[in-house]
Amino acid sequence: MVLRIAARELRLVLLSPMAWLVFAITQVMAAWWFLLLVEQYRSHYEPLVVRANSPMGLNDLVILPFFGSMLLLGALLLGAALMAMRMLAEERRSGSLQLLYSSPVRMLDIALGKYLAAFGFIVLLALPWLLMPASLAGATVLDVGRLLSAFLGVLLLGAALCSVAVFASSLTAQPAVAAALTVGIGVVLMGVNAGSGAITGQEDAVTDYLALLTHYEPMVQGVVRSSDVIYFLLLVIGFIGFTVRRLDALRLQS
Amino acid sequence: MSARPLLEVAGLGRRYGDREAVRGVSLRVARGEVLGLLGLNGAGKTTTLRMICGTLAPSAGSVTVNGVDLLDEPLLAKQSLGYLPEIPPLHPDTTVIEYLRFAAMLRRVPAREKSDAVERALERCALVDVRRRLIRNLSKGYRQRVGIAQALVHEPALIVLDEPTAGLDPQQVHAIRGLIGELRRDHAVVFSSHILPEVRSVCDRVVILHHGRQVYTGVPETEDRGPLRVTMQLARDPGADALAASPGVKAVEAAGEHGWSLTLADESDLDGLLRRAAEADWGLRELVRRRRTLEQVFLELTTGDEAA
Repeated sequence: MVLRIAARELRLVLLSPMAWLVFAITQVMAAWWFLLLVEQYRSHYEPLVVRANSPMGLNDLVILPFFGSMLLLGALLLGAALMAMRMLAEERRSGSLQLLYSSPVRMLDIALGKYLAAFGFIVLLALPWLLMPASLAGATVLDVGRLLSAFLGVLLLGAALCSVAVFASSLTAQPAVAAALTVGIGVVLMGVNAGSGAITGQEDAVTDYLALLTHYEPMVQGVVRSSDVIYFLLLVIGFIGFTVRRLDALRLQS
Repeated sequence: MSARPLLEVAGLGRRYGDREAVRGVSLRVARGEVLGLLGLNGAGKTTTLRMICGTLAPSAGSVTVNGVDLLDEPLLAKQSLGYLPEIPPLHPDTTVIEYLRFAAMLRRVPAREKSDAVERALERCALVDVRRRLIRNLSKGYRQRVGIAQALVHEPALIVLDEPTAGLDPQQVHAIRGLIGELRRDHAVVFSSHILPEVRSVCDRVVILHHGRQVYTGVPETEDRGPLRVTMQLARDPGADALAASPGVKAVEAAGEHGWSLTLADESDLDGLLRRAAEADWGLRELVRRRRTLEQVFLELTTGDEAA
């Protein structure tokens, strides 16, 4: 049931022009950034690296900044915000959520189905970002392990943002509000440690742990720690749990 | 097997904060029966129907569908339910047939039977011609029918329709009434409306809601055994006194221009009145026997309370 709801939902997403527009914008952004990095490496870093006989290479100077850039994080947020608009908020506004509510379907099925559809879209969105660096494989020796680790980081980050999106979508019947909430919660989660660090002037272990980027950056550098993976999974489970509760509450309230 | 009603609602109530939207509604619907829920706007019809369908949790009371308690086992109970909400829950970006397939899947129609079930629903709701059209591009009448098709695609024992004819043209209204009449053969139907003739024409039983209370339960047409009431249209108006002086007339009331509403003691007094009308040359143009119709019941129940 969950998978069928998800498949149907993803199909609906892919039928909407909005999804393709977001897809196009994010790919253009990513590709432009990627080309810029490659060009910079070729014309600027490569001679330096050779002259200094440095162990650094394309993997450090192109792929790392590519996955570490705010641009990709922004693209992920944009995708998640779009999903937040479509998922539950839109259904609540148009009244079609009643179809799910009056069917023999559990709230968990609805929340998971919606979540998986959103995540499916994010995976589609992120897949070209794996292919862009991979296209360099013919010209140089790629560190495949690091590339895959960074991509896993993108996927986990996307998974977390999607769970935020589905929850935000369940909070309101206004798609625009759901999108804004997603971006808001997402940005706070990403940089909560930077904010508290700026105020107190020292690093704080709690906010450091809570922040998304603390767990994302090691993966970009090629370090996959189970504690980071568990952090992301906890986040996803938590927000889906909130969504289920919220769906139940909607049946009680309105 | 008819000992157990298909739908049994007992003491159903719903509060929104301090406001009591529905209180103490009890219904029983048997297989093959059509129950009409009548009430003014805001009387609690939609709230009641939503609670019956499990899309709104009641604050009090119980709902049993096909012998299964809706609150204890919602998944099982909902399999016997088809529901058309006030606003049809459609996905505008899909075609009619895709949408119905999804609805059939949600209602757990086995994969093998899905195509047949969808075809049957399309045919019943006269949607075969538009099956490949996007729901977004359909007219309101068609959308309403897609909404109904969604409610019956899984052949539920109980079909609940919330104002199925709202906003439709007379021909479509007629078609939907025909459809409800057809559905009663295999299903029980509960529907709400504020249109009296509609309820009268298709329902076996009527429940009138007013301010969230169940104020009337009974058959739509009640034969009145009390005093006979008639309305007369007279070309040459004799005046109230002359009418009151006629044999058997107990009360006289003006009813528009040249019209009089009379209350007679019983049937036999009608002959005397007619004879008198002919003799005195009142110029009788119309004589209508007034029954205690659903309209009257409805108006009596709903306006009296309003004044209080």
